[in-house]
Formats: sequence, C-alpha cells, structure tokens
Amino acid sequence: MNFDLTDERQMLQDTLRRFLTDRYTTQVRNDILSIEAGQSVEIWTELAELGVVGALFTEDCGGFGGLGFDLAVVFEELGRAGVVEPFLDNAVLAGGLVAALGDETQRAQLDEVIQGRLQMALAHGEPTTRYDLSRVNTTAVEKEESIVLNGRKAVVVNAEAADVLVISAREAGAVDDEAGISLFLIPRDAQGLTVEGYALLAGGRAAEIVLEDVTIPASARLGVSGEAFAAIEDRIAAANVAICAETLGAMETATRLTQEYLMTRKQFGRPIGSFQALAHRMSDLLIEMEQARSAVINAAGHLESDRVIRERHVSAAKNLIGRAGRLVAEDSIQMHGGIAMTQEYELAHIAKRIVMAEHRFGDCDHHLERFIALSAA
Amino acid sequence: MDLSYSDEEIAFRREVRAFLQDKLPPELSGKVRAGKELAKADYEGWHAILNAKGWLAPNWPKAFGGAEWNAVQRHIFEDECALAYAPRIVPFGLSMLGPVLQKFGSKAQQDHWLPRILNGEDWWCQGYSEPGAGSDLASLKCAAVRQGDHYIVNGQKTWTTLGQHANMIFCLVRTDKDAKQQEGISFLLIDMETPGIEVRPIVLLDGSAEVNEVWFTDVRVPVANLVGEENKGWTYAKYLLTHERTNIAGVGFSQAGLAAVKRIAKSEISGGRPLIENPHFAARIAQVEIDLMAMSTTNLRIVSKAAAGQAPGVESSMLKVKGTIIRQQINDLARRAAGVYAMPFASEAVEGTNAPLPDPLAAGPVAKQYFNNRKLSIFGGSNEIQRQIIAKTTLGGAK
Ligand SMILES: Cc1cc2nc3c(=O)[nH]c(=O)nc-3n(C[C@H](O)[C@H](O)[C@H](O)COP(=O)(O)OP(=O)(O)OC[C@H]3O[C@@H](n4cnc5c(N)ncnc54)[C@H](O)[C@@H]3O)c2cc1C
Repeated sequence: MNFDLTDERQMLQDTLRRFLTDRYTTQVRNDILSIEAGQSVEIWTELAELGVVGALFTEDCGGFGGLGFDLAVVFEELGRAGVVEPFLDNAVLAGGLVAALGDETQRAQLDEVIQGRLQMALAHGEPTTRYDLSRVNTTAVEKEESIVLNGRKAVVVNAEAADVLVISAREAGAVDDEAGISLFLIPRDAQGLTVEGYALLAGGRAAEIVLEDVTIPASARLGVSGEAFAAIEDRIAAANVAICAETLGAMETATRLTQEYLMTRKQFGRPIGSFQALAHRMSDLLIEMEQARSAVINAAGHLESDRVIRERHVSAAKNLIGRAGRLVAEDSIQMHGGIAMTQEYELAHIAKRIVMAEHRFGDCDHHLERFIALSAA
Repeated sequence: MDLSYSDEEIAFRREVRAFLQDKLPPELSGKVRAGKELAKADYEGWHAILNAKGWLAPNWPKAFGGAEWNAVQRHIFEDECALAYAPRIVPFGLSMLGPVLQKFGSKAQQDHWLPRILNGEDWWCQGYSEPGAGSDLASLKCAAVRQGDHYIVNGQKTWTTLGQHANMIFCLVRTDKDAKQQEGISFLLIDMETPGIEVRPIVLLDGSAEVNEVWFTDVRVPVANLVGEENKGWTYAKYLLTHERTNIAGVGFSQAGLAAVKRIAKSEISGGRPLIENPHFAARIAQVEIDLMAMSTTNLRIVSKAAAGQAPGVESSMLKVKGTIIRQQINDLARRAAGVYAMPFASEAVEGTNAPLPDPLAAGPVAKQYFNNRKLSIFGGSNEIQRQIIAKTTLGGAK
C-alpha cells in the first residue's frame, strides 16, 4: 500500500494549486460569474497551456494522464478554488467519448481541445430521463449517406461555448435499451439545431437543445451504430470521479474557512469556536472529510477496473460525497452565521458548488439504489 | 382532549379562505408560488387589501385598529395565507414595532406612528444587528449622543431586511458607554431620509437583494423619537423579540412547500415513472410529512396555551428549531426532486426561452430557495442560541 502521489502527479498538483491561488482569487472568480459567457477564455487558455486539459487525456490521444488518479488530482484543485471553467465537459465527457470511440480523423480534433482552442460539450440527458443513462428518446435515422436527428436535450452544460457537440440518439431498440444508442459529432451551428442558454446557479452555463431534422453525414457517427452505451457509462463514471474529487476540494475550502472563522469571530467576548456546540460540529465535519477523501481514493483507484467493480465504487463515492458534502456545506454556512449568506464571501460560491454537484449524473439516492443493484449483481 | 376545531374556528377558517379566494390577486399568488422576488408595490398592494378588510394587524388590539384575534385565529389566518400563496405580511412595522409602541410608546408616538403603519405611509425596517453584534446583540456599538433636542447617531447596522424599501428604521443604539452592556442601550426611531444615512445593498448567495447595510454619520434624530426611557432599550428589544417569534414554526409555509415537493415529484420522471412512485423518494417525503403533522399539533398546543393567556416560554425556542429544520428539509427535498432542472439559476432566466419547457422548470427556482432559506436557522435568534435557551431553562442548575 502506498497513498503517495507519483512525482508527476505531485508536480501537477503543486503547479495547479500555485496557479489557482495566484490567479483565481475570489474577486476574479466572482467577476467571471457575472459575465455573460460564464467562463473566462483567458483563464481557460492559460490552464490549457499549463497542461491541465492534457492531464485529463491518455497518451495515445495526445495527453499525459487520463487515469482515475489524474482526474482526482486535477479536479480536487479545481474544486478547492471553485473553478467554473468547463474541464469536465470538454475533457472528461465530450472529449473523453471522442477519445474512446472516435476514428483517427475525429480524434485529431482532440489536439485542439488539449490546447484550449476548441470547445466541446456532451448532450445526453433529456427532459424526462433524470439520471438514467440508457433512456434516450432522441432519434437518429440513416437515409442513404446521411443521418437525420430529432429530439430534445436537457441542461447541456457548456453547450453555447462548444464548437462541437457530442450528441446521443437512438438508432434502434426500445426507449430505455442500452443497445441501440449512438453518439454523433455535430457542429453547434448545424442547421435545425437550436441552443437556448441560461446561467447555472453554481456558475457556468447550460442550454436546452432542440434537434429538428438535423442532417449530418454518416461519418459524424462516433464508433459503431447503436453501440455507444458502454463508453457513455464509462465516461460518466469518470465524470463522477471528477465531480467527487472536485467536491472534496470544495469541501476542504469550506472546512478551512469555517475553522479559521471559528477561531477569529468573537461573540460574547470569546471566539465562537470555544462554544462546544460549534466545536463538536467542526470535529464532525473533519471526520466526514477523512471519509470523503477515502471515498474519492476508492473510486479513482477503481476507475480502470472491470465494469461492476468500477461502477460500484463510483456509486459508493457519489453517495458518500453527496451526504458528506451537504453536511459540510450546510454546517459551514450555519457556523458562520449571516456572513456566509453573502454572495461575495468565498464560502457562498463554494457551498453552491458542493451542493449542486449532486445534480449532475446522479444524487445520493440514485447512487444508493445503483449501489444496491450492483452489489446484488 | 379534542383535536377538532370549534364551530367558530371552522367558520373563521371558511371566512378567511373565501376572502383569499376573492381578494388575493392571482398575479400576486402566482409570483409567490413561483418563488419570485416581490417588488415593493406587491407588498404594499397586499397590505392595502388586508387593511381595507381590517385584517392587516391580526395581533393588535382593536383600539389601535387591529383585528385582535386570539392565537388560534392568527394561526388559522397564517395557515390559509401560506396555502393560498399570499405574500407574507412585512413584519417590521406590524409584528415588531407596533406591539412595542403599544406597550412602551408615548400617546403622541402611538397616535402618530401606528396609523401610518396600517395605511402604508411608513415602511419600517429593523436596525438591531451590527457586524460585531449578531448573536451577542447587547455588544452593539452604534452610538447616540444627546445634544439638546437631538441625538447624534454614528455607527453601522447590517443585515437590514428590505431596508431598501424603508423610509423608517427602528434602531438599538448605545447611549451609555460606561454602563453594563444591556443597561446602556436605547430604542430610537429614525427617518431614513435624514442626512448622513447611507443604505448599501448586500447581495445574498442566491442572488437575491433583500438585505442591506445601513451607515450613520452624524445623523440628527429628534429626542421625541426615543421610545420609552433612555437606556431601557434592551427591555423593549426583548419584548419585541417575543413577538418576532410568533408564527416561528412556519407550519403553513411547510405545508405549502410540501405540496410543491409532491407536485414536482409527480411531474419529474425517474426510471420511466413519476419520481413520487420511487419508494426511496416517497419515503423521504413521508418522513418529513410525519414530522410536519406532529409539528402542526405541537404548534397548536403551544398556540392554544398562548390563547389562554399563558406566555409561551421555552416552547417558542423549540418551535423555532424544529420548525426551521422541517422547512429546510422541505427545501432540500424540492431541490432533490427537480433533478438536473435544479441547476438553472433563476426561473426567470429559463422562462425567457422559446423552447417548450418540461414541468420540472415550473417548479420554480428550488435550489435558490434552498440556499436562501439557510437563513431560517441563522436569524431571529440562531438555532444554536435557541438550544442554549432551552438548555439553560432545563439544565440551568447544573454547574
Ligand atoms: C437573511 C438575513 C436577514 C436578516 N435580517 C435582519 C434584520 O432585518 N434586522 C436585523 O437587525 N438583523 C437581521 N439579521 C441578522 C441576524 O439576526 C443575525 O445574522 C443573527 O443574529 C446571527 O448573528 P451573526 O450573523 O453575526 O452570527 P454570529 O452571532 O457571529 O454567529 C455565528 C455562529 O456562531 C453561533 N453562536 C454564536 N454564539 C453562540 C453561543 N453562545 N453558543 C453556540 N453557538 C453560538 C451562531 O449560532 C452561528 O452559528 C438577518 C440575517 C440574515 C442572514
């Protein structure tokens, strides 16, 4: 057993933490939150130049990482600073699926992604699918050399900034069959594709996408017709590892801020941390932090394992982080009192990141049910 | 023991319900239901409707223009209002200052200020908290120094709810620096138009604009605006807090909130079926509903004690703690129920789109409300302070 990071990952962590501490201050981030685009192109480009996107891809796709622990290291740092730029959407989800299923031409685009010059997003979920991965109503029908898509995609994060969308659609099977789902690479400005965007509560933007007779060449399909599900499930497992690590990082910031506040804020002539009612709650948060860290390590360490083992660990982590995260967010706010309710205070954004992370790819109930099903399998 | 309402109480409930059906404008209840921020005019309009009926001040004696309802009637009224998605009554003039003036104000102050609260001429806000004085309110520093017929006020108040709409603020100020903390505080009524007052908005974490900082620089306040005696303000402040804590359980809000959760869970689809049929989620709803049923009775037990003239003591702290926990749990359930559609920022942002939107979005800004209502366990005496009060009452002797 060895719980140390490799030298490369340690270096990556140090570099990223230093960069974000200097460059991604509360002020800078709050400014980004208030701009129309919801993300900073400069910061995105700088981080890409630093190799942060590359660290999320494997070597055969032009990256230098891409494994569970690489994701964990990067996203923990991003979470610590409350970064809102779309690393998950570009590199883990859309980019990850192109890497997994794409042919040589399609994968060539990943170079641009790694360098921060091209953006992507994954459009998979639909208005009535909630967290089910196999439920796809959007249809794709092949007619001669082209494919026609119709349907609706829900809360597609980063859709407006994406040059290219990875969109799932059904080519065969019943609405919730795993078989029959395909993925397509479609330019965002394709004819018949409308993107209605809006801001997200915890930063960044998403959109509702409507596809009306969107016609693309058959060469836009990623991989074999109807066989995309396994890759989707695998990349969403990776996304959940990333989200868990990001939430862990945010939880660290929340507990650090709370700890500092309890030691400095005085009421009734003494630091509020000296009130046992708060001191014990702080201790409970720190205990949960250790559990959360272990859950992330478990999930990251099993991301390359066989499906059932991988999914079981990922669902375990998402469930635990969901519970511990909510506790940390709520108690951190409570122990701060009014100050934590203000938008400009760092904890406000961090708490929103923590709680809203549950809403992507399954909350703790969903993953509890999944864990039960996988354990029975 | 009789769990049913009396005939008069049932008739009263019917009367209130009919009134709300008749007089509550649908665009107003629609806004409340959708969780939108209300404009000043929305509150003022609703106040005027209630005032025309004589129902704006349920707790005031008839002599002052109130409805003089007993605690059970008030409870029924608050319940029905919440279920009908009526705007809340802005409490600062009506539930807080009014009772203080009625008990401690001079005849001249009563005659001048009370009618203006009812007819909407004045909008009051509460200037208690300061950056350094939250839970430890008695440590407040905002100072008033007497100069002839005026007090000169210098200092800062914060967290002033809806202060941006107010033309008047009632403040706790320090008038004696040397006395024991609680003994050097006075209760002043201050016109917000007076030179030297500056109101700065504080944006809350959900983006809402409901609280403010209020700064005072050499603000001249006529001595006639002192309530009661100088340096006795703490007594009045504490009296006010007991009124602030009526309807503290928020049972009506919880019931309306739970109905919203069920509505969302019916329209949200999970595994091909409405979420409300998911045993796990159904259990979560049931758990809160069971707590709420008991809470409602706890509330009524305490309320009827108060109706019988017994002052609720430590029970109101218990109601505050449990009531806010339940409300926050319901907010949490609404957020969970909405799934991915909890993520968009405000409903307004989404309503602007042309795309046909699914039902979950009609749920309103559930995540925004979840974050905004973290305040429930912080203000009005934080839940830790309430537990401290309960503990002191029951374990006070244990040293
Ligand atoms: C949205 C909102 C609206 C408000 N509106 C108004 C208003 O209109 N007018 C007004 O005057 N004020 C208002 N307040 C202020 C509110 O009353 C204070 O926030 C509250 O009194 C807590 O004070 P604080 O925020 O300074 O927290 P602090 O008092 O600093 O408390 C921080 C933490 O320490 C805990 N704590 C403090 N003392 C103890 C103790 N002895 N034992 C155990 N734990 C303790 C608290 O419970 C809390 O968890 C509002 C606040 C909010 C958030």
